[in-house]
Amino acid sequence: MSRWAGLGPVIAALFLTLAACATREQSALDPAGPQSGKIAALWWFFFWLLGVIFVLVMVVMLWTLVRREQTGTCEPKLQRTVTTASVATVIILLVLLVASITAGKATADLAKKPNPLTISVTGNQWWWQFRYLNSDPSQVLTTANEIHIPVGRSILLQGQSNDVIHSFWAPNLHGKRDLIPSRVTTEYIEADKPGIYRGQCAEFCGLQHAHMAFYVIAEPAGKFNAWMQAQLQPSLEPANPVLSQGQRAFLNYACVYCHQVRGTPAAGQNGPDLTHFGSRSTIAAGTLPNTPGNLGGWILNPQRIKPGTKMATVAVKPEDLQPMIQYLESLK
Amino acid sequence: MSATQDVFPRIPDEHAELSLLDRAWQNGRGIFGWLSVTTHHAIGLRYIVTAFIMLLAGGVEALLMRTQLALPNSTLLGPDRYNEIFTTHGTTMMFLFAVPVMEGMAIYLVPMICGTRNVAFPRLNAFGYWMFLAGVLFLYWGVFTNAAPDMGWFAYSPLSGPQFTPGKRTDYWAQMITFTEVSALCVATELIATIFKMRAPRMSLNRIPLYVWSILVQSFMVIFAMPAVVIASSYLLSDRTVATHFVNPAEGGDPLMYQHMFWFFGHPEVYIIFLPALGFVSSIVVTNARRAIVGYPAMVLSLVANGFIAFGLWVHHMFATGLPQIGEAYFTASSMMIAITSGVQIFCWLATLWSGNVRVNTALHFVYGFLVIFVLGGLTGVMLASVPLDLQVHDTFFVVAHFHYVLIGGALFPLFGAFYHWFPKMTGRLMNERLGRINFWVLFIGFNVTFFPLHILGLRGMPRRIYTYLPEMGWGPLNLLATIGAWIIAIGGMLFIVNFFWSRRNGRIAGHNPWEAASLEWAAASPPKNYNFEFLPVATSRYPLWAQPEERTVVTGLRNDRREVLVTTLMEAEPHHRYVLPGSSIWPFLTAITVTVGFAGSVFNPWYIVWGSILSGIALTGWFWPRRPLELEP
Repeated sequence: MSRWAGLGPVIAALFLTLAACATREQSALDPAGPQSGKIAALWWFFFWLLGVIFVLVMVVMLWTLVRREQTGTCEPKLQRTVTTASVATVIILLVLLVASITAGKATADLAKKPNPLTISVTGNQWWWQFRYLNSDPSQVLTTANEIHIPVGRSILLQGQSNDVIHSFWAPNLHGKRDLIPSRVTTEYIEADKPGIYRGQCAEFCGLQHAHMAFYVIAEPAGKFNAWMQAQLQPSLEPANPVLSQGQRAFLNYACVYCHQVRGTPAAGQNGPDLTHFGSRSTIAAGTLPNTPGNLGGWILNPQRIKPGTKMATVAVKPEDLQPMIQYLESLK
Repeated sequence: MSATQDVFPRIPDEHAELSLLDRAWQNGRGIFGWLSVTTHHAIGLRYIVTAFIMLLAGGVEALLMRTQLALPNSTLLGPDRYNEIFTTHGTTMMFLFAVPVMEGMAIYLVPMICGTRNVAFPRLNAFGYWMFLAGVLFLYWGVFTNAAPDMGWFAYSPLSGPQFTPGKRTDYWAQMITFTEVSALCVATELIATIFKMRAPRMSLNRIPLYVWSILVQSFMVIFAMPAVVIASSYLLSDRTVATHFVNPAEGGDPLMYQHMFWFFGHPEVYIIFLPALGFVSSIVVTNARRAIVGYPAMVLSLVANGFIAFGLWVHHMFATGLPQIGEAYFTASSMMIAITSGVQIFCWLATLWSGNVRVNTALHFVYGFLVIFVLGGLTGVMLASVPLDLQVHDTFFVVAHFHYVLIGGALFPLFGAFYHWFPKMTGRLMNERLGRINFWVLFIGFNVTFFPLHILGLRGMPRRIYTYLPEMGWGPLNLLATIGAWIIAIGGMLFIVNFFWSRRNGRIAGHNPWEAASLEWAAASPPKNYNFEFLPVATSRYPLWAQPEERTVVTGLRNDRREVLVTTLMEAEPHHRYVLPGSSIWPFLTAITVTVGFAGSVFNPWYIVWGSILSGIALTGWFWPRRPLELEP
């Protein structure tokens, strides 16, 4: 047994090194908001307390092997020890219970902040629709797979689903909330500091569950408002003949049955809104960076990139493809 | 060893009574005889062997998944195949391996430990096995005809509904549940009856070995938990096949109701698997610490409390669906409470080992491995009980790590320990100790290399049930490490198989009681005769084989020319009356076939329920046809 004891720290160091390689933009241990901050603090409290208990139990366990005593300890003493350990267990669990409920309540109380920004989140196989709600219909914004939020303001997420159960999870901001058909679930999130936070679906939802990611971009209020105003505008008119050709091509193919581009006749509702597609950083729900090359590959053969996706394979003529890509990328 | 060879008075060899007993308990020959067997050793071994084949199948599936996840953007498996494999892996391990193997061990061991000759309802026992086998064949028929289930072993509606998974895959899965749960209910019923009414005289309730207590509690849990999942899967099946509206939201059904029913079964299920393992640990600890368990009453009360609390915490699988705060507090508290009952048992084992004269054999290696892994898994379980923490790690690889720690550490390690412990009883030979230890260390290291990194991956944002991930997520190195670990586990499994076959042929002859253990199964021959004991033993203490030889007494006066056992009273196990158990019978097999026609056919056409019921009625008539005088039935 002692031969292996020295390996412990080495293994621990190895794990920490490997863990450090992982991205920090989708991690519960790198909180960027008050909700996730409270959870992370609770996590470390549990971690250290339970870690000490684990070490203690292991020490006693190894001691039973080292001891090898021939004459047994007297029975009442043993039973007293077991009783003491059990009582200690109960006390520790009570401490953890109180800590957990307190943290849960503190997290829930964050929802009491005034004037939250309400965003409706709708899960679809396998992309996200976001709708910034407003009592003024002209201020309602629909977008997909990427939201911008103002730093320091409470965001109320109203979750629902168009098909199966999904789960909204941006670990740097908060834990999960399921999106359940026939129900509306709610969650409050908030960002402490500007940054780009990644999230992805956390409830198994079928073939492309693995490729159902989204980005939350937290920015200062001024920058956010500018973004919001830009996004509320209809799509940009084509600025040159190539883009016009691209727009015509887009409107002539089956794309319009599923996608909306405000300001054009394209008004499909089954797929992501593309009005400001060019301003988004990824395509296919976080699967690929939004570059012209990737977009071309995605349009020509979506099944190769995301097998099972509901995006139709449209036979785009070679001469239409480049203008169409340029047009879509121009929709900033 | 010779001192323990004849722990109880025996009938001298060549004696006429012995040949009567042999003939009364003889199984039939040929294929017909094989199908008619109702003795508990044979049925128990069939469960164990079938379940072990399922473990291998589930293991191969696990290796495929781990190999796919070793590198980011891997294209070894497509999303469709990956989803089928992880669903089949979970389903196989939970329904077709873990529960049945524990049942098989109990069917094999409980009658012997209780000092009787068979389970209470031998034909029901045979029927239960055939139903289990039918479930195995039904699901794997789907797997091999490219219709493996692909909606997760939990089959949440509406993903499992007619709109999103058309075809028959989900129907096979849902009906497989019915097969295996009918089997589990048969086993639970007969084990409870055996433990309550067929214990050796004077084995009062406070003298039952802890393993038998764990099986008793487990069997009651089966009776209360399994109907919930049968109903849930039947809701699903009827929504799919005859368009009912139970759980399909498109038709006004409630998907959350399905989740509640599934987890009302699903959480107790974990303890249904885990409690027998605790019993194994107690048996191995007592035997190898060579002393009585510390805190027997505390152990028993913990087991019973465990059985109750297990039904009060299912909602912690559903925290992310959103609950009012008072509900969250309640389910957090109840989930943490279960740590107390497990903790008490761990303290009792440690105290027993502390004060005992410990013999370190392979079985005890597995117990120590269990303690390391299970304590860690239990502590991460306490984390999962906390709602805020659960919201972060739920449905991530952290949870995958947690439940493999509690299920492999908590159930599979004790099960391997139990194999090493009881293998001599089952085969008459000891397993190779040197190979056993290598086997343990390979499994132990492989296990931790596989599953420890998954904790970190979960916290670093990796969700469960994804068939691949992007390289820029940085999850590659830890996944590669986990995959290497999985292959190490596979080597460990191979070593066990090698040891099994080598030892069965070449192992040292064991004799009745190679470990000098205390419970009654070690008084039977190794391997046991069909009737276990020539004279039924009397349990004069909690550890009957550690009693002085002059205190060992037996029951006389049972007839040896038919399958007679003694029925005793529930509390004190006072002899009550003699009872004749049925002999071999083909009817359980035939009934299982008719029920299978109904269950399997109804997936395709609901009318098969009617045809199946009529056929089953005919078969049951044959089963219960009175045959008198009973004495003439061997």
